[in-house]
Amino acid sequence: MITPHAISAELLEVSLGPQHPSTHGVFRMNATLDGETIVKLKPVMGYLHRNHEQIGEHATYIASFPFTDRLDYFCAMSNNLGLALAIEKLGGIPVSERGEYLRVIMAELTRLVNHTAVTGFLLNDMGAFGTPLLYAFREREKILDLFEEASGSRMMCNYIRPGGVRQDVPPGWLDRARELVRGYPAFLDEFERLLTENEIIRQRAQQVGVLPKELAVSASITGPMLRASGVNYDIRKVDGYSLYPRFKFKVPLGTVGDVYDRYYVRILEMRESVKILEQALKEINDASPSISPKGLALVKAPRTFRPPKGEAYGRIEAPKGELGFYLVSDGTPQPYRYHIRAPSFINLTVLEDLCLNHKVADVIIILGSVDIVMGEVDR
Amino acid sequence: MLPSPDELKRALEQLLPGVSLTLEGTVLFVGPKDLAAVCRCLKEQERFGLDYLANLTAVDYPTEHLPAAPEASTSGAAQAGRMDVVYHLYSMAQKHGPVILKVKLPRANPVVASVTPIWRGAEFQEREVYDLYGVTFEGHPDLRRILMWDGFQGHPMRKDYVPEDQDA
Repeated sequence: MITPHAISAELLEVSLGPQHPSTHGVFRMNATLDGETIVKLKPVMGYLHRNHEQIGEHATYIASFPFTDRLDYFCAMSNNLGLALAIEKLGGIPVSERGEYLRVIMAELTRLVNHTAVTGFLLNDMGAFGTPLLYAFREREKILDLFEEASGSRMMCNYIRPGGVRQDVPPGWLDRARELVRGYPAFLDEFERLLTENEIIRQRAQQVGVLPKELAVSASITGPMLRASGVNYDIRKVDGYSLYPRFKFKVPLGTVGDVYDRYYVRILEMRESVKILEQALKEINDASPSISPKGLALVKAPRTFRPPKGEAYGRIEAPKGELGFYLVSDGTPQPYRYHIRAPSFINLTVLEDLCLNHKVADVIIILGSVDIVMGEVDR
Repeated sequence: MLPSPDELKRALEQLLPGVSLTLEGTVLFVGPKDLAAVCRCLKEQERFGLDYLANLTAVDYPTEHLPAAPEASTSGAAQAGRMDVVYHLYSMAQKHGPVILKVKLPRANPVVASVTPIWRGAEFQEREVYDLYGVTFEGHPDLRRILMWDGFQGHPMRKDYVPEDQDA
């Protein structure tokens, strides 16, 4: 009989990706394996790098909006909102109330899109090919239809502007949004019936990829991944930007910080988003304009917009975590410095820590639970 | 509650005698030698509790772009332009912030202590600044290019970078 110690196994280096469906784009991991166990894992990125920040430094402030759509291409509306907030901070631009409502509605719909899709993908990664993802995409389509009606584009929305939003929503849009929001809890129930108590999912996801609280804070992890580890930090609550202080919602927290908690925190966050949407869609006032006069001037004549010299860091709670825009103005129409703090890039810092001593198959679902989009990681 | 930038500066000067700090607006400029000590103090002292490094990046100022600072402090470094590294710090436990730190480095040879041993979150962000701006972070566990490929020459976010396909 051969005991395990009698075999001298060599370490094996495997390159996972960049061309593999489970890596969610052109992401690569250089894994070192001892048998099936990960002993070292180095993320390799940059395949989609296009120096977005330098493009931003050569374009006017408004001209960067369509580029931000392509950062996290699942969440164009949130990216627009992050940049708009930073510009408003830099230039002291007030936002109209209706604009604020529409922004909150769009940002929360985006959160639904993102969390629904990422849950579908995570299940795909676990080997449940197709079915949960199709359920997720069925619902996502309905929200994308709303985005298309409002902005003209399903994914590259380019909709939010300093001072408000680019244009008002068409007649009847709010009613259609209300109808969608009314139906969403039923979908979440259906989704959860399939997944939450599912024995296979529990076996695959529980106690896998555990992220301790202290490491999460120290490694600047944000978003659902941070909250799944039990840290109560939601920028919507902490900064209270836009109209969020007006709405009642909870911040769901995990206890263990494993893949399962990250999955379940996202489900619970969607339920809270639905609550925010219900309140916002109830309160939104039909009379006021969607964009403030100063913002409108900025949209109509972007070349003349020269914010005063200075700098601003604007941040929002994007679906993936803290999305920050750091702008430095030298008084010209282009930003002197334009930097993006991309949540999924920084959330990858701990990927190796999460994967060590797990099997190769676990790496795939751990990466799926981190929720990355390469457009944002590589910029 | 987080002390105002002014109080913060005084508190730090008291805790770390001889530290070099200058306040410009809300930004606290730290001498490159004192950065690690200041950061450690800001993280570990209970009343600051800045446990979360939200953002780390750099801003390049070649000589012609230098902001007209009246007190051109380090005259020698100002000649060749400078490189600022920017840190945005928050507290997750006490939910306050930001504290904005900057270090001024000579553009020709920007070297500063890494804060990765203090905040793990700096690991990839410092690699990005190293890659795109050419700032060396001493004490970083794994300082390699992260977005550009290994054999790449130059630092594409520097203001004097010339793209290869300029005539295209």
